[in-house]
Amino acid sequence: TPSLVAFLQQELRAAGRALGPCPESPRAPLAREALRVQEQSEQLARELREVSGNRASLRGRLRDLRQYLHVLREGQRFTSLPAPPGSPPRPRASSEREPILDPSLHRHLDRKINFVAGVIHPWRVSAFERLLWRACRGYLVASFVEMPEPMEDPATGESVTWVIFLISYWGEQIGQKIRKISDCFHCHVYPYPESEASRVDTMSGLHSQIQDLSVVLEETEQYLAQVLDKVVVVLPTWRVQVQKMKAIYLVLNQCSFDVTEKCLIAEVWCPVRDLTQVQDALRQGSYTSGSSVECFVQRVPTSESPPTLIRTNKFTAGFQSIVDAYGVASYQEVNPAPYAIITFPFIFAIMFGDVGHGLLMFLFALWMVLYENSPSLRQASNEIWQTFFEGRYLILLMGAFSIYTGFIYNECFSKATVIFPSAWSVATMANHSSWSSDYLATHPLLTLDPNVTGVFRGPYPFGIDPIWSLATNHLNFLNSFKMKMSVVLGIVHMGFGVVLGAFNHVHFHQRHRLVLELLPELVFLLALFGYLVFLIFYKWVKFSAADSLVAPSILIHFIDMFLFTSNAGNLPLYRGQVPVQMVLVVLALASVPILLLGTPLYVWCRRGTGHPTVRGHTVGGRGSHHRGGLTAGVVPKPVATGDQEPLLEGQEDGNSVNATKEDVESGGHSRDAEHKDFAEVFMHQAIHTIEFCLGCVSNTASYLRLWALSLAHAR
Amino acid sequence: LVLFSVFWGLVGIAAPWFVPKGPNRGVIITMLITTAVCCYLFWLIAILAQANPLFGPQLKNETIWYVRFLWE
Repeated sequence: TPSLVAFLQQELRAAGRALGPCPESPRAPLAREALRVQEQSEQLARELREVSGNRASLRGRLRDLRQYLHVLREGQRFTSLPAPPGSPPRPRASSEREPILDPSLHRHLDRKINFVAGVIHPWRVSAFERLLWRACRGYLVASFVEMPEPMEDPATGESVTWVIFLISYWGEQIGQKIRKISDCFHCHVYPYPESEASRVDTMSGLHSQIQDLSVVLEETEQYLAQVLDKVVVVLPTWRVQVQKMKAIYLVLNQCSFDVTEKCLIAEVWCPVRDLTQVQDALRQGSYTSGSSVECFVQRVPTSESPPTLIRTNKFTAGFQSIVDAYGVASYQEVNPAPYAIITFPFIFAIMFGDVGHGLLMFLFALWMVLYENSPSLRQASNEIWQTFFEGRYLILLMGAFSIYTGFIYNECFSKATVIFPSAWSVATMANHSSWSSDYLATHPLLTLDPNVTGVFRGPYPFGIDPIWSLATNHLNFLNSFKMKMSVVLGIVHMGFGVVLGAFNHVHFHQRHRLVLELLPELVFLLALFGYLVFLIFYKWVKFSAADSLVAPSILIHFIDMFLFTSNAGNLPLYRGQVPVQMVLVVLALASVPILLLGTPLYVWCRRGTGHPTVRGHTVGGRGSHHRGGLTAGVVPKPVATGDQEPLLEGQEDGNSVNATKEDVESGGHSRDAEHKDFAEVFMHQAIHTIEFCLGCVSNTASYLRLWALSLAHAR
Repeated sequence: LVLFSVFWGLVGIAAPWFVPKGPNRGVIITMLITTAVCCYLFWLIAILAQANPLFGPQLKNETIWYVRFLWE
């Protein structure tokens, strides 16, 4: 049936009809309905084929007849007797050529003149002529003329201007030779009547035949149109129905047969929450299909770990797919997607920050969201458009945040807007340094000095002061601002991720990991980079223009901290800075081995005492500690559905052979090979440690891209 | 300064109580809190960075002349 449907569609397209979209979605047809659909489609297809065949043959006949007509008409010109000498020449219809047959030939009327007339493809004319001449040695007269209108070539279907030829010869053998030659050249030969009267008769006969045929052809075309109309009405629904049927068969094929070969058994993973729904659906299905036996659901214990199911609606689906691209979270781990809904667009907006562009983006996404149910948008065939459309909520949020960050960056189409009055007073500076017009003329660049009172009137309340966009050294300020901002936000983000991993530990009842992993991770992160953030804020708050000459450089301090050196020219930020930094570095370095060895040792010790509650952790992908099972509140359990006699114990959930939740979950981790397990745990931990430390360092640096891209955007 | 802190604090702490109950309640609350935290932090950084500037803007002389007579 799918092939039939495809055939119908093809025919429709060939006839130039558009296939409208299916208005409502029909439900999957039952088995007998499927048969009906199949019958109907077969019938329609057959009709269509018949009618098209008829039409094709009619057309062919029409073409032949018209060719014959032309042949006769043109041939007329050659063979019509010339006027007797002396009488005025008879007016001819169109030709200017002289009759090829000169009157002298008529004196040889004792020999019978025969004619062969036909049409030939224009490319073959010269070869034909030559061959005729050579073969018949001049005992014939051949004349060629083009047809007045082009006609379809039956073989190739293209429009060709045929050439009519008329060969007059005498002698039977020559006649046979000519006929053979014309056969070779694929010419259409038509009988050419001798006398003029019979020619005229034939022509009129042909005329009437052509007319009749045209009428018949018209009616055939009309009928064809009707059939196509019928198809157009029914086809969209059928298409969807056929697809649904195919899908059902696909699923059924995956079931396996019971021992008694009478029913199908399907083993599925089903969320516990949906179990009643599944039972209802099965019951309804058996009822509507009118079968006498019921389908039922039975739980089956298994040692495999269940797959992860995360329920999303149309809004969250886009974000979940982005998060899944990094690796799907293992069963019951924390799902970072809800946070990513906001953080991802926000970080994008930091790089994009422009009110005008953000507004455009927001409006574009809004349009897509408001019209998301229009079928023309949904079924577009353009791939790039589909990508945008799928991410419309993402783009909406990105646009919204970009507007916000644009306000803070004070950029609207890369121009600053003055919402509040600027905090820098040029007049005060000018008055203070007595910048007269001549002074201005001689000095191309002058700096506003914040040390002078009144020049700087406090921080701009919302965002970056617009005066910076006029300044030539605005990059100096902006670079410093954006780099620090990137680092601060990056550390906060990473810290949050680490904490999120804590949820994992609590959920899986692995409290030891809280101490042995979360704590070292946090210490490492905060001691080094958290301290950096602290320095940034401290410097912002404590140092002002008054001591700008001696303001310490955070960067140099940070580097010195690691190298355990100090720079004389770089004053400490606060009293006792050097010892504090040393302590922090030592702490951080100490936390690394704890991270590395803590959990494996703990696991080893525990197993040494034979405690049964020890669990291995799920071997997740990269950064598995940074995920947790927040919204994945489902507890998938394996169930088997079968269509069986009611004799068997087909009970609902709770009674049948049920494994406990614990067994199901920890089934995947066998406890037999102890040494193997320990090595695996240790290896995993080592990898995790290295990954974490290096990740901290490199990710911090990578947040600087926030700075880089925002810079690039402004340019 | 205080105004903005209060504003974002409202969004982050008070608004979650007003979210209507539905299947998406958790997601919406998460979104609100995350938004509040992110935006507030961003604004805070912007304003702190400018609170005590170590140097001032360097303007061209034409700009100075123009600004002086237009903005003030």
